Amino acid sequence: MNQSLTTQEGSKLANRSRTSRVFEWFDERTGINKLLGKALDEPIPGGVRFAYIFGSGLLFLFISQVITGVFLAIYYVPSADHAHTTVAYITKEVTAGSFLRSLHSYGSSAVVVVLLLHVLQTFVYGSYKGRRELLWIAGCVLFALMAGMAFTGYLLPWDQKAYFATAVGTNIASEVPLVGEGIKRLMRGGADMGTLTLSRFFVAHVFLIPSVIFFFVAIHIYLFRKAGAAGPISEDPIAPKQKAESFYPRQLLMDLVFSLLLITALSVFSWLVPAELGPKANPSDTQFLPRPEWYYRPMFHWLKFWQGSQSFIGIIVIPTIVIVLFVGLPFIDRKLERRPWKRPVGVIVFTLVFLSFVTLGVLSYRDDRRNPAVAAQIAKQRKETEEFMRTPFEPETASSSLAAANIALADPLAAQGKTIFEAQSCNSCHGDGGIGTPAGAKLIGVGAKMSPDQLITVLRQPTAKMAEGGMTPLKLKDDEMKAVVAYLRSLK
Amino acid sequence: MEREDQSIEAGTQQSEGRAQLAAPLERRSFLGLLFGVGSVGVTALISIGVASISALLSVPIVRFVLHPLSAKTTETAWSEIGAAEEFSAITIPVKRLMTVEQRDGWRKVISEKSVYVTKGKDGQLRVLSAICTHLGCSVPWIEAKGQFICPCHNGVFAPDGALISGPPPRGLDELETKIEGGRLLVRYQYFRQLVPTKEVIA
Repeated sequence: MNQSLTTQEGSKLANRSRTSRVFEWFDERTGINKLLGKALDEPIPGGVRFAYIFGSGLLFLFISQVITGVFLAIYYVPSADHAHTTVAYITKEVTAGSFLRSLHSYGSSAVVVVLLLHVLQTFVYGSYKGRRELLWIAGCVLFALMAGMAFTGYLLPWDQKAYFATAVGTNIASEVPLVGEGIKRLMRGGADMGTLTLSRFFVAHVFLIPSVIFFFVAIHIYLFRKAGAAGPISEDPIAPKQKAESFYPRQLLMDLVFSLLLITALSVFSWLVPAELGPKANPSDTQFLPRPEWYYRPMFHWLKFWQGSQSFIGIIVIPTIVIVLFVGLPFIDRKLERRPWKRPVGVIVFTLVFLSFVTLGVLSYRDDRRNPAVAAQIAKQRKETEEFMRTPFEPETASSSLAAANIALADPLAAQGKTIFEAQSCNSCHGDGGIGTPAGAKLIGVGAKMSPDQLITVLRQPTAKMAEGGMTPLKLKDDEMKAVVAYLRSLK
Repeated sequence: MEREDQSIEAGTQQSEGRAQLAAPLERRSFLGLLFGVGSVGVTALISIGVASISALLSVPIVRFVLHPLSAKTTETAWSEIGAAEEFSAITIPVKRLMTVEQRDGWRKVISEKSVYVTKGKDGQLRVLSAICTHLGCSVPWIEAKGQFICPCHNGVFAPDGALISGPPPRGLDELETKIEGGRLLVRYQYFRQLVPTKEVIA
């Protein structure tokens, strides 16, 4: 469509500097110039402000979480057997591992803080008004998705608090009538918490929720640009009249200053107070008192008020009402009036709900401090965590290791079998500990494939295939044969 | 529709602004001071901001990713197999089991390896890997014949590990040893099979 333009410019190309020629070449093929212009020349009625930095701040934090999260996955293994060891490895051994994990861990708290500020700014400025219902709803979905990220990520280190907090968290789902038990089982991948729970939470935390977040971030930004920046509280949210200033450069600079502040604060915090890891989850521990992250404390405390048959009201009905009111805000408050003092009902309700959350959170911490038994147990858990953090990293012994084999050899019959196995030079072809060599098959796990009687039969009279591979009949007394079989069955 | 037009308009004449003048402009004089450094200055500040943020994030990430390059490897660690004195009077090869611990990132693999302590023609202690250089079977010492004989394909080795007969391409592999504080230490390694020269496999 701009062919004439390109030919015109083509003649001037020779005189242009190399950089601008490269840029033009690139722009002709990508349209980056127009795209950047569209992205950066967003008009902000009434001019740029520091009050508008929170959305960009959230986007920055989300990207930071994605980057740190992707790199943490280099060393992390999502299985109940290895998750804790690998997180301990990251925390205690890997260069900058503790720092990176802290950035990611504290990053979730930062997201919550900036999210609340973003909501608060949107509410106080009445920026949800004027054909912005879908924009607000997309934001609410992102809020829920972020809460989901915090919930699923909490389990992944598989330490005591992760395990028990998630046990409580998934239990709440069973309060939902009729389908509650099913939802709980679905989340856990079974009736109890286990390695399947960890797999599910990992996939949700790393693949499912982030991809939905990307999708909704795009929708949220698109709807925001479609509606336009709302500007100050004195501005008409549908047809702005005040002088507009472009997003670039000063708003971008403010957003960058905020992002820089965020990452600096996170770095300083991560450096001075690295995120901790407690001892490995011990499901048989009946003493452990799980406590969620600070941002789930209000909900945690709220649940304490509701027991037995009433809990349905407290856990399902009331939160649903709050959520519906919150999500439905732009539908309920339809006036275009944005000044907070001119819309007292909304402001008062919002403030009350917010204050209730703060109060619940404060009460939760206060109750823990005031109850001596609870305080003692929490202090004990703290000490155990500190103790664990002090001990050097202990690598996990691989299952095929000698140490594992030695446990099986506690059985004297199997131990006798091992002596015979070596005396008969079985290990020559089958390898020490039956690990297998080019000349003989691996025997580890053979006990699962054959019964003791079957083993004795093939040892006395090898099958044609075995004989072809060089296996000779084993001539032993019955009790010696039993010892060999006991040893073979111990090879796992 | 109207909004769309406005945004394009505002976008193209960003600096000129719109008809109505905004009151808040004066209130932002502090910001004006802070950011009123001209468009070149602002672009420079933006670049500095982006660079600082990237540096803060990328430095730990690069160090994190490069960790395996700096981590010390323990797979060629020395293991003790007994007092050196214990072997001074041996006349025939003596089998010893040594425990080898290999670190593999966050896990360790402990295995038991058979080695033979023997004497070379020069009377020096030598420690031989019991793995046949042919196809990797474990080679036992057959005392009745005074030879190492591999049960798989009848490779025959002398007491000092030298190849006598059979398909193996070379004698039994000698392992590195050292004596520290009177203890005989061995460094266990694997060697490539089926080749005439001894080559370490990582």
